[in-house]
Amino acid sequence: MSATIPVTVIGGFLGAGKTTLVNHLLRNADGLRIGVLVNDFGALPIDRDLIVGSDGDTLEISGGCICCSYGSDLMEALLELPQRRPGIDRVLIETSGVALPGMVASAVGLLEAYALDGIVVLADAETVRRQAADAYLGDTITRQLAAADLVILNRCDLIAAGARDETLRWLEEQVPNGRVVPAERSVVPAELVLGLRGGDRASGALRTPGGIAASMLYESVEITSDRAVDVDRLAQALAAPDAGVLRAKGCLRDIGGRLVVLQIVGRRFECAEAPAGATPGTLVAIGLRGQLDRAAIDRALEKLSP
Amino acid sequence: MTTIFSARRILTMNPSRPEATHVAVRDGRILGVGPLDELVGWGPHTLDDRFADKVLMPGLVEGHSHVSEGTFWRYLYLGRFDRMDPDGKVWPGAGSVEEVVARLQAANAKLGAGGSAGAEPLSGWGLDPIYYGERRVTRQDLDRVSTTRPVGVMHASGHIFNVNSRALELAALLRPRVNHPGVPLGADGLPTGELKGPDAMTLAGKHIGFDREVLANDEPGLRQFARLCVRQGVTTATDLANLLPADAVAMMKRVTGEATFPVRIMSFRRFQGVTPQQAVDHVVDLRGHATEMLRLGAIKLFVDGSIQGFSARLRWPGYYNGAPNGLWYTTLGQIRELYHLALEQGILVHSHTNGDQATEMALDCLEQALRDEPARDHRFTLQHCQLADAAQFRRMKALGMCVNLFPNHHFYWGDQHYATTVGPERAMRMNACATALSVGVPMAIHSDAPVTPLGPLFTAWCAVNRQTATGRTLGTEERIGVADALRTITLGAAYTLRLDGELGSIEVGKRADFAVLEDDPLEIGAERLKDVRIWGTVQSGRIFPAAEV
Repeated sequence: MSATIPVTVIGGFLGAGKTTLVNHLLRNADGLRIGVLVNDFGALPIDRDLIVGSDGDTLEISGGCICCSYGSDLMEALLELPQRRPGIDRVLIETSGVALPGMVASAVGLLEAYALDGIVVLADAETVRRQAADAYLGDTITRQLAAADLVILNRCDLIAAGARDETLRWLEEQVPNGRVVPAERSVVPAELVLGLRGGDRASGALRTPGGIAASMLYESVEITSDRAVDVDRLAQALAAPDAGVLRAKGCLRDIGGRLVVLQIVGRRFECAEAPAGATPGTLVAIGLRGQLDRAAIDRALEKLSP
Repeated sequence: MTTIFSARRILTMNPSRPEATHVAVRDGRILGVGPLDELVGWGPHTLDDRFADKVLMPGLVEGHSHVSEGTFWRYLYLGRFDRMDPDGKVWPGAGSVEEVVARLQAANAKLGAGGSAGAEPLSGWGLDPIYYGERRVTRQDLDRVSTTRPVGVMHASGHIFNVNSRALELAALLRPRVNHPGVPLGADGLPTGELKGPDAMTLAGKHIGFDREVLANDEPGLRQFARLCVRQGVTTATDLANLLPADAVAMMKRVTGEATFPVRIMSFRRFQGVTPQQAVDHVVDLRGHATEMLRLGAIKLFVDGSIQGFSARLRWPGYYNGAPNGLWYTTLGQIRELYHLALEQGILVHSHTNGDQATEMALDCLEQALRDEPARDHRFTLQHCQLADAAQFRRMKALGMCVNLFPNHHFYWGDQHYATTVGPERAMRMNACATALSVGVPMAIHSDAPVTPLGPLFTAWCAVNRQTATGRTLGTEERIGVADALRTITLGAAYTLRLDGELGSIEVGKRADFAVLEDDPLEIGAERLKDVRIWGTVQSGRIFPAAEV
């Protein structure tokens, strides 16, 4: 029912790979019209080959996407965006390196035209622990991480596997309400950040830029079920860490008979009445290969269907 | 043409001739100061005795103000303390929330029927509920003013609005389940009407008359600001800071260039939304547009937020009430790069640091930038710098920095700093003027108008007395003497702006800028320094009586 535009807040300290991630997502937007809001046009926010035009504080990007700088006035930029570019499907906000993405997400919540989809925070595998111990920056870094639904531990190719695993474990403690995934060059499946599009994609075919090695890290499952299910409790179950779900979307029939769309990002979940014309019965989930537990998802569905 | 003014006393701020009775002016500059028999040697002149019973000081220099003080007088003043408007009218302080509401009601009645949906907003400013106990101002209070007209009041800090239900409705915020730390909810689950921080404020601002675009390039506001300057004896004031787009620069250049415009404006380029390189390039270009009356070519940088807003960055042990540490407004890398590039180009940078950790960061960044780009006499200045300790002042001195402290805070929020924000010990040390002077850091003091009222003599009184609104003296050891305070609001501030060679003292060759006083600030007594009556100013030899401005 909602015509709200989903917003992903992308945070993380300078050099963690935010801009690289945004560019990867734009390359793999696959028809989605994305509005990217960046703090400033400082160090060229968008790869040149993606830019098809520019006008002051707006860059036109191939595929109907745009990128605007907001300086200190994110709210004004968000208010103007729908008029500037009607038909935007999704907004990515790339925050400044010292911004607190949780606060940016709260601000998004003040606007009726938008709905927060999730907070993605990038961390540099080589430096994040040192930064977190820095007298000036430490608390900013840990507050950024603590707000995340999804932390991408980037540049894992630059450290040894042992150090990576240790950092991943450390991050789990820093990110009580989110999930952590390792990455190189900000490469993650586009759906992980941009969202799954219900039912229009076969399972397994994740749009993972960066080639086979990266796509091998992830897998997805698609489950079809026309039984009524307690969607709220299902969402809770899937958002619990042991299910291994990083992101999920489904349109299911609730036990009350309503059609409900379920969305999960990290441990954040939301169940909302489905838009008119939605087809029920599918659930798609993405997780790290080896962690995504299809059997657990099946069990949860079984248990919560009366 | 030479005019020689006689005066009761001329306080020159020039140690080699600290006092005089006459000053000769030619072409807007000081030809000489001294006894009449010395000055007549310059040849034919007119002797002007209009200041024979007045005291002249160098024109006062406000080193940290915002031209928006002129804009705000367009709105209804609702502050706790008496405050003079550009017309010279003193608006009495509002003693209670009831009084605030009553004033808004009276103003609403004057606006006439506000029944239609498109009713023009009623806007107020200067509200400071901190003085009214625990009671918060709510939309229900402001609904008693009008339920059909949007009503909005900006707090004295500039960081909070209170609005009525109609304004909340227009901002699409009068709904349940708003979840934002800056939007407190009432028992009914709806916002109370208090909107804290820029995110929430932006949504309501344009509906209650605080539209940023209107405020950005405001010619009437600049004119009002200039009138206030005359009333306060100010002949040079900073606008700290402005994005300085071409149209704003053109407007300011035109207005300040008028024959009767009474104050020199130095406008800093705010570092925001661009890279350090872009900011420096812009300011290098702006240098070419500067005039005698509009000074350009400096940058203002925000390192952190405010202490009373708990957004200043504090070192251990942080806030007295346990609030989490504040926010960085600019990244360390950007600060370093900006300092480096600015040193390379000889651009002046003033950095806003309220908390002592922000100050430490700025010191670290400049230390490193100076290692890469050694520069003498850069005069980089820390603005506010309220919590700096003696060691930090020593580093400032070693790095060649200046400081512009904010003693007005003692009067307006000193009690709150003592009780809540930083606790007694640091509240007593805040704005450590005496330490800065004894360490030898070049120092200015400021009002940050409109945050507190423009008025360097009041600011000097604050530095000399360090009294809070309830009469507590916060840190007797950091009080400074009247003579030091007077030097600070003239030559001291001019030095931080690199203008001390042109103004800030009354001596041969400098601009003929004077503050014309009815009372002698060296005679009136330290505790009455703020009561010195101001007749007006002389600016580049032009005479501006406050009564006629």
